[in-house]
Amino acid sequence: MAQPLEIQKKQYKKLVDEIKPRPPLIRNTLGAFIFGGLIALIGQFLLSFFQGQGLSVNDAGTATSATLIFLAALFTGLGIYDEIAKYGGAGTIVPITGFANSMVSPAMEYRTEGLVLGVGARLFTIAGPVLVFGIFSAWLVALLYYFFR
Amino acid sequence: MAAPKKIGAQTRWFQNPPVILACATIVGEKEGMGPLGHTFDKVIMDSYYHEKSWEKAEQRMLQEAMQMAVERAGLSLKDIDFMLAGDLLNQIISANYTARNLEVPFIGLYGACATLYESMALGAMLIDGGFAEYVLIGASSHYATAERQYRFPVEQGTQRPLYAQWTVTGAAGMVLAQQGAGPVITHATIGKVVDLGQQDPMNMGAAMAPAAADTIMYHFVDTGRTIDYYDLVITGDLGTYGKELAQRILINNGYDITPRFTDCGVLVYAPEQDAHAGGSGCACSAVVTCGYLRQEMQKGNYQHVLGVGTGALLSPCSSLQGENIPGIAHAVVIEAN
Amino acid sequence: MIFLKAFVVGGLFCVVAQLLMDLTTHKVTPAHILVGYVVGGVVLSAFGLYQPLIDWAGAGATVPITGFGHLLAQGTIQGVGQKGILGAFSGGLAAAATGITAAVIFGYLAAIFFKPKG
Repeated sequence: MAQPLEIQKKQYKKLVDEIKPRPPLIRNTLGAFIFGGLIALIGQFLLSFFQGQGLSVNDAGTATSATLIFLAALFTGLGIYDEIAKYGGAGTIVPITGFANSMVSPAMEYRTEGLVLGVGARLFTIAGPVLVFGIFSAWLVALLYYFFR
Repeated sequence: MAAPKKIGAQTRWFQNPPVILACATIVGEKEGMGPLGHTFDKVIMDSYYHEKSWEKAEQRMLQEAMQMAVERAGLSLKDIDFMLAGDLLNQIISANYTARNLEVPFIGLYGACATLYESMALGAMLIDGGFAEYVLIGASSHYATAERQYRFPVEQGTQRPLYAQWTVTGAAGMVLAQQGAGPVITHATIGKVVDLGQQDPMNMGAAMAPAAADTIMYHFVDTGRTIDYYDLVITGDLGTYGKELAQRILINNGYDITPRFTDCGVLVYAPEQDAHAGGSGCACSAVVTCGYLRQEMQKGNYQHVLGVGTGALLSPCSSLQGENIPGIAHAVVIEAN
Repeated sequence: MIFLKAFVVGGLFCVVAQLLMDLTTHKVTPAHILVGYVVGGVVLSAFGLYQPLIDWAGAGATVPITGFGHLLAQGTIQGVGQKGILGAFSGGLAAAATGITAAVIFGYLAAIFFKPKG
């Protein structure tokens, strides 16, 4: 242990990288593809169904999102969503259902801290940043569009 | 001499080695189903333990384990001079509320997952120093309370990396005494905080391994002993990969302890239990030491044990601010009597 | 055919995210993926690249969270067209209102009625 700390840190990082198991890339990407694809497929069935009911393309789209969000909230509440996510990985994060899961899961857990500062605040733990950056970037795009169209 | 019980740089020896008079353990369902399930005193199947929140459940486990240890020692709470305890929750609430309910003079400790070993070392010092006859120590952790404080809510869909560890749900209590029957604590080596630049809060083993290796090496240097003296060196919660890392650092420094080296985190779960690299948390070293290790020593399978509690000193705030995760390790020599 | 396209495109969006998480450091969390994808959707939409993808793959492009970014961007752009600069402020949330409201309502209800299993 006589070496300078910086060198020790570098050597240790090398050792950690050598021993640390790599993520099972093929299994993970396959899982993401299948589960992400399946959720999109369910979305497509809902979309086609709503369009068949006479809804416009846009309305059918929002109805689909709302239904998927409902299902994700339900599955999160039942404790099933995180079990699926073990295999689905990003396949269960990227779809709108992952957004819903990221709202419900902290809100549910912080129920013990009350309705306002527990549920109300924690619904937006992850949804908050998503809305902030989504709204801000869309506003910026519109501003550019306004000045440069 | 200024400190007659100090040997070497970091080690203390005890003139009248304090006795581990009694132990008690409570664990959750997953730990109860694990390979060490039969060594624990009580397994709770409901992660809430009939309480309203997981935090309350953890506190209740700690309190029951500590009360059970006092009963087994044939004592009452009035006999206890000090209670030393800690846990992982902010401001160590499990230990604080337990101390409130037990009404015993209390010293709250935080050593992350090394808390039980920190308590054993300090408890032994209090007794050998003549400040106490009986010291009650304890530590607890709970998978759900730790996950939500340090990582993600449990119902959030995330993939745990293969090197991630699973926080042990459980609590352990131990009574240390000036005299009595049971294994004794002969030495304690207090560790330094070691930081080799690890930052991944999912890879606790890598953050703690350098501290564990450092403390073990100082213990050998201070006492002049080699690995040959010990039947077993058992670390707290390095997990599969952290244990491998500590082994490698020790070998690089000329200490090969591999054949007699194990880790509580490696022992506590079976590979098929989906815990990945093994157990972690205050309860990991606590329940394995108070359950499995004590029973093995009682059976005579181990005579001289070097127990090394390991802790990762991170907070959610320090992680988010991009700070490193330093580690700490405290070693205690337990001898069968 | 649209079903197959939805499956493949929806799946591919997730594969990219999986690789982003697995091949980078621990600092890329699910929250970063969601934020990155929404902003990515906004940008793709601004360049007029997202609508064609929706026309081709249907729910394969609307279900991933990038579709939410697209909704926001199209909302603000159309808002500017109708109401000028004020539309940049009102258009986005108006377009995404159903999704956000559904998430708040169902999220709140789920949090009230269920207890996490652990």
